[in-house]
Amino acid sequence: MIKNMVGKQTLCFRNQPEILGTGSVVGVKEGKGPLGECFDVVLEEDIYGEKTWEKAETKMLKEAILLSIKKAGKTKEQINAILSGDLLNQLMSASFSARDLQIPFLGLYGACSTMTESMIVGAVLVDGGYADHVVAAASSHYCTAERQFRMPLEHGNQRPPSAHWTVTGSGSVVIGKTDHPYICCTYGTIGKIVDPGITDTNQMGAAMAPAALDTVITHFSDTGRPLDYYDMILTGDLGHIGKDILLDMMKKQGMDLEKVYNDCGVLIYDREQDTHSGGSGCGCSAVTFSGYIFDKLIKGQLKKILLISTGALMTTTSSQQGNSIPGIAHAIAVEIC
Amino acid sequence: MFSNEKAKSYEQYVSQFTPKPKYFYNAVKAFVIGGLICMAAYYVQSILIEKGMGKGDAGTIVTILLICTAQLLTGFGWFDSIAKFAGGGVIVPITGFANSMVSPAMEFKKEGLVLGAGSKLFTIAGPVLVWGISTSVVIGIIYWLLTK
Amino acid sequence: MDYFWTFLIGGVICLIGQILIDTTKLTPPRILVIFVVAGALFTGLGLYQPLVELGKNGATVPLPGFGYLLAKGAMDAVREDGFMGALTGGIKNSAAGIAAAITFGYIVALIFTPKSIR
Repeated sequence: MIKNMVGKQTLCFRNQPEILGTGSVVGVKEGKGPLGECFDVVLEEDIYGEKTWEKAETKMLKEAILLSIKKAGKTKEQINAILSGDLLNQLMSASFSARDLQIPFLGLYGACSTMTESMIVGAVLVDGGYADHVVAAASSHYCTAERQFRMPLEHGNQRPPSAHWTVTGSGSVVIGKTDHPYICCTYGTIGKIVDPGITDTNQMGAAMAPAALDTVITHFSDTGRPLDYYDMILTGDLGHIGKDILLDMMKKQGMDLEKVYNDCGVLIYDREQDTHSGGSGCGCSAVTFSGYIFDKLIKGQLKKILLISTGALMTTTSSQQGNSIPGIAHAIAVEIC
Repeated sequence: MFSNEKAKSYEQYVSQFTPKPKYFYNAVKAFVIGGLICMAAYYVQSILIEKGMGKGDAGTIVTILLICTAQLLTGFGWFDSIAKFAGGGVIVPITGFANSMVSPAMEFKKEGLVLGAGSKLFTIAGPVLVWGISTSVVIGIIYWLLTK
Repeated sequence: MDYFWTFLIGGVICLIGQILIDTTKLTPPRILVIFVVAGALFTGLGLYQPLVELGKNGATVPLPGFGYLLAKGAMDAVREDGFMGALTGGIKNSAAGIAAAITFGYIVALIFTPKSIR
């Protein structure tokens, strides 16, 4: 009975939902990184003129959403829904930015995998004819995440080499339809939770790599596409360690993707920026896609990409109670039609 | 979820990809800086005693000076950078304890002066006081039983 | 010579802390707790007092010194006041430090705000 699904977990978007425009707002450190010039807005201060970090993140997300709507050539009134999420308890930044925007809102939580989660749901709504235009967005902020998940900012400690750095950034895309489709979402693979039993919250790359592997394998077997189909395969925030692990595991599965594979958490910072294993957070894949990758698609430098945002679905409570970290990864294929 | 054995073997597999901390370099830094802080404390204490202060009081004053210095450095936002470099050298001395009180209190004062800053002053210091004081009481009671 | 021992003993205690940070997954609060409790226990066993005599501030400034202060206070007070001393001695002996850390810490927290990382 299911018409628009191929294989076990992959949705097929037959009506060519398009990405019409993107917006990205990033923090100071990200602006200094190798992708700094690709972003629409680089903050001068991570507090963004607000009183609290949470308000700053809310403002960043709102700004990114408005930018993406503007760049898509639409108005706020033409947007049927916002699908967005962040890392904070009860999706604080996403809800509060949607409150200000007065656009119908669905909050999504997929930890750091939220960007592809919202893009897949957005593509489904547009593809199925339930919406003309939707906004899919995700956001994270180093200072809000740090105080919720880790230690206070001014606490003196040494981070282990495997630690990640939460990206301060909000990324947003507008998905809609036009008569002349250009950059389209073609397939979305919804990931299964894979929990390899890692309990150390400073080992996020390792905790998420098996989930990414599972999603990659499922995506290729569901769609039947050859391994060399994509120009670029990007995971969300596995970081340097997770990237090496995933490459090694793929090789063991007989998949050689070394030439096209990379990770947003690796791309977004320089090694000299002292982030240890690289970037993480929903903002990581959100701004890398909406700032860097989308630009390359528009210019035709990339034609077919697979974005796989990866998420670690632990909570502070689950970690304190000694649970391992469940990993998840959703993939969306974005191609020039 | 992976079975326990599988999780263990995965952890081992992962460790080959994980860079190790610079054990020796970190150890030397912690040793030298920790040692210097203690020496400085001893130097100040000797001066105070020379000036005629009692040994106990001098010790207390030195401790308070260290605590206040660390807390001020935390306020200016410098302590975390120092700790990143010195590691155990400033975390293990009483300076680390002082920093662990101010940093969460600063961070959470937006949530109010009572439940924010007031309670968060003890997120890390609280457990230390609980364990330290309880241990001392137990030791005191055992000592009382033994010397009765 | 006193300076040498102060440096050596203080340095070694910090070195042990660094090894715990680098080789175990202990979180910072746990490391602080371990040091204070260890200091108190060693004092109870009579092992810390010689270290303090030799290493002076090298033994009292690191966190085991806080444990030492608490345990020594309790034991000294038991000798003077009997059982009640076990309850009052520890805090009494470290009261100045704790009170200063709380009061000054709270003031600092009210004055300053945390900064993002450059």
